[in-house]
Amino acid sequence: MKRLFPILSVITAGLLAYALYQALVVAPTDALQGDVYRIIYYHVPSAWTAFLLFLINFVASIVYLFRRSQKADMVALVCAEVGVVFCTVVLVTGPIWARPVWGIWWAPGDIRLTSTLVLWLIYVSYLVLRRFSSSAQTQMLAAALAVFGALDMPLVYFSIWFFRTQHPQPVIGGGSMDPRMLHTLLISWAAFLCFAFLICWARYRLEVLQREVEQAHAMESLVGAGVTAKPSMPLTRGAK
Amino acid sequence: MNSLWAVTLATLVKDIRLEWRSKDALNSMLFFSLLVVVIFMFSFDPLAEESRHIVGGLVWVAFLFASVVALNQTWARELRNQVLDAYRVSPAPANALFLAKAVGNFIFVSVLEALMTPLFVIFYNLHVLGPAWQLIPVGLLGTWALVVNGTFFAAMSLRTRNREIMLPLLLFPISIPAVIAMVAGTTAILTGENSAHFYIVLLLTYDVVFTTASLGLFGTILHAE
Repeated sequence: MKRLFPILSVITAGLLAYALYQALVVAPTDALQGDVYRIIYYHVPSAWTAFLLFLINFVASIVYLFRRSQKADMVALVCAEVGVVFCTVVLVTGPIWARPVWGIWWAPGDIRLTSTLVLWLIYVSYLVLRRFSSSAQTQMLAAALAVFGALDMPLVYFSIWFFRTQHPQPVIGGGSMDPRMLHTLLISWAAFLCFAFLICWARYRLEVLQREVEQAHAMESLVGAGVTAKPSMPLTRGAK
Repeated sequence: MNSLWAVTLATLVKDIRLEWRSKDALNSMLFFSLLVVVIFMFSFDPLAEESRHIVGGLVWVAFLFASVVALNQTWARELRNQVLDAYRVSPAPANALFLAKAVGNFIFVSVLEALMTPLFVIFYNLHVLGPAWQLIPVGLLGTWALVVNGTFFAAMSLRTRNREIMLPLLLFPISIPAVIAMVAGTTAILTGENSAHFYIVLLLTYDVVFTTASLGLFGTILHAE
């Protein structure tokens, strides 16, 4: 497994470089938007990757609620963290793209902008909860919050339904996109997926190590307390 | 089933009696939302025509902030003398406790709204142009939407460091669809420009979904150790 990591890193770096080359050089210029549209090769793959990671987080949280498996909890945590990063990329590249094309940075009534923002907010609150909660119950609370967030998303979507939407309708599969553009987009997505997987993997290993260290500390203090506390216990009680 | 209602009722009556004697939550909520109203009044200073468009937002933001004040106190009260731990080891169903707390909060926030709404009407010279009776379902469903999730997240943030600040951080993102529905529905009724039916249905859906989810998960949250 450990030998696989550097190999995958090299493959990911190659894919990212190839995707960048495709996006900047090979893909044709958009007839209406000009070169500005090329940000799509960062914006859309980041969005898909973030949504996929949040989906995995939801599934892992459900698994944790039923099985209480530590692995599921760690997967949920890692996916939420990396997903928030990718979602941030979406929310940053979106306005950069919108400004020259729509003439505005942000369209407040737009359904996908707003629901992505709410999704981001929910997962940031998820991470805040994990950060501020005391160790033993964190995992259960976080899993419950993930379920609430997932239930919330369709409602968020419908609540903005009535507003006029400014975001372009999805072009994938509609046949209106140039096949070379679609090709580049899919390569970019593959590169982003590999990249996300790589970060998740590294973060997962880090989390495993962290928990081992915490356990070792806890064990050590238990053992230490067991040795010294027994003779001193009557004394301290009497002193108090 | 019988014991569920009996325990719910007993806890609810106890909470109402406590609140009746101390008036802690109600007084702090009232004064807090009064402050919000006054600050909004100075910040916007609208004409009657404009105020009809913005007051839906102002009212619900004031109630949202004020309800957080009450929600934070719900469970903190049970921590003294280890009441919550005693409840945890007792055979009483967990959902009875949750229902009692949620209904209690619903009553407190509704009383607050009933007292504050006349103030909004006076300060902003409100005159409803749409079907005014629809404000009642929007108000009731909206309040329940705030309170059911608020009670659940308050129980959750009880287990965290600096729990007072944790509750709004958890509650507000999840409440966004409900807040949109409440504000847009109220504005639709006040201006009479479009129908509020969609928002009432949305609030109803939100309430059903999250009441079910809270009842389904509250046991796990209460007993999480």
